[in-house]
Amino acid sequence: MLKEPVERVLSGGRRAVYRHPLVVRMWHWLNALCLLVLLLSGLQIFNAHPALYWGQVSVFDKPWLAIGSGDGPAFPSWITLPPWQDLAGGRHWHFFFAWIFVVSGGAYVLYALVSRRVHRVLLLSRGELRHLGGSLADHVRLRFPRGEQARRYNPLQKLSYLILLFGLLPLMILSGLTMSPGLDARFHFLTLLFGGRQSARTVHFFTAWAIVLFFVVHMLAVLAAGPLTEMRAIVTGWFVIGGRKEER
Amino acid sequence: MMEPPSSRRRWLQRALAAAGSLALSACDRLANSERVTSALGAEETWTRHVQRLLLGRDALAPEFSEKDISKEFRSNGTTDPDTDAYNRLAQGGFADWRLQVGGLVEHPLRLSLRDLQSMPSRTQITRHDCVEGWSYIAKWKGARLSALLARAGLAPRARYIVFYCADTLEITLDGTGQYYESIDLVDAMHPQTILAYAMNDRPLPIPYGAPLRLRLERQLGYKMAKYIMRIDAVETFKDISRGSGGFWEDRGYAWYAGI
Repeated sequence: MLKEPVERVLSGGRRAVYRHPLVVRMWHWLNALCLLVLLLSGLQIFNAHPALYWGQVSVFDKPWLAIGSGDGPAFPSWITLPPWQDLAGGRHWHFFFAWIFVVSGGAYVLYALVSRRVHRVLLLSRGELRHLGGSLADHVRLRFPRGEQARRYNPLQKLSYLILLFGLLPLMILSGLTMSPGLDARFHFLTLLFGGRQSARTVHFFTAWAIVLFFVVHMLAVLAAGPLTEMRAIVTGWFVIGGRKEER
Repeated sequence: MMEPPSSRRRWLQRALAAAGSLALSACDRLANSERVTSALGAEETWTRHVQRLLLGRDALAPEFSEKDISKEFRSNGTTDPDTDAYNRLAQGGFADWRLQVGGLVEHPLRLSLRDLQSMPSRTQITRHDCVEGWSYIAKWKGARLSALLARAGLAPRARYIVFYCADTLEITLDGTGQYYESIDLVDAMHPQTILAYAMNDRPLPIPYGAPLRLRLERQLGYKMAKYIMRIDAVETFKDISRGSGGFWEDRGYAWYAGI
């Protein structure tokens, strides 16, 4: 395992840093596909009963939250998979991609921990933790680290990736599995952890939107930091820094 | 102040609209494709194998106490078979109803409600989970399916238990709209698998499957056939109705409904 990133000198004083190993890039794109399909098919499944509850059971005449007017689907067809009402189909899409998502995600987390990539690339140092406020202020003003500083993930970026990887994604998987009547027979502590099956369903729904929020911020950050540079990095692995005019 | 959209913006709008409709029609074609549908169906096999491995034969679905029983229940699918034959049975309090047990068994049975009530029973307060996403908790009492099958004597070739119901959920020309379900022997022999004749200490109400319904606590509601008239032990369900092992299975739903 390389301790220091491989580097290439380009023309015009620019340098290319090998930032994303192949495993990371593959997982990133597979994950993007899985999360897209899981969201669209999840909304299809949600449309079958567009109400949310807390606890074990549904209180039909007093849902905690009901979405839609009752006429027509809660989420429109263009945002569901399949694009027409089809709970059986939505479930097949959802569970097929859930399997890919869980297996590839589990393998990736194992790799990231064993290779110590989490420690090298994602964990925040004490100094970074102290300057989190400053980093946030820079982000709000759309001032992104340039040049040498752009070699590493900045503290907010690290924090958001950590929250996604060790917070939102596991929460999504666990709340999803908790809804399974089969697994409930063996792992009932999960149901107790979430406070009931209907609570788990509600958590599953809102965590999905938290991941959508992550995606929106992720896209804004890519746009603001230079979509070309960022896209090249996550496709080829090479992140270009420096030069007269930083590439946008 | 409104400005006329620049040609560049117009171009961008058109490009986006084109890309959008292209993506949508691609989605349509993907979701409609026979090959895609059958490939996606693999998830059911993975889920079944892994859940069977994790659960084993005897892991019990959680059971609750009296105070956890829901205030509200919901019935789905057929809420009243409403055929002449069924209505006659219901009017007589199902005294004339007989459960037929046949197929690959050594001793075919014909059982009245009273016969079933005198067989080894089990009472359980469990959560009913519908494929649509909702749940309720209720108390069920019924005859253990394992005891009934032991009495009938399963032939060695028997692999599945099929439940034929009194209700027709979809009007079809070939009669494949009649409700039926099938389970394998692992589920049939599970201690919580019962033929319920009572719900919340009262005779099973019609919307919930009177006079007899299946309780299969480790799977979703659509597996739990209501209005049961006949039970057959079979080697395969490929030759029954449309061949997928159940009314909803014939319409694309998974045969193994543990998730």
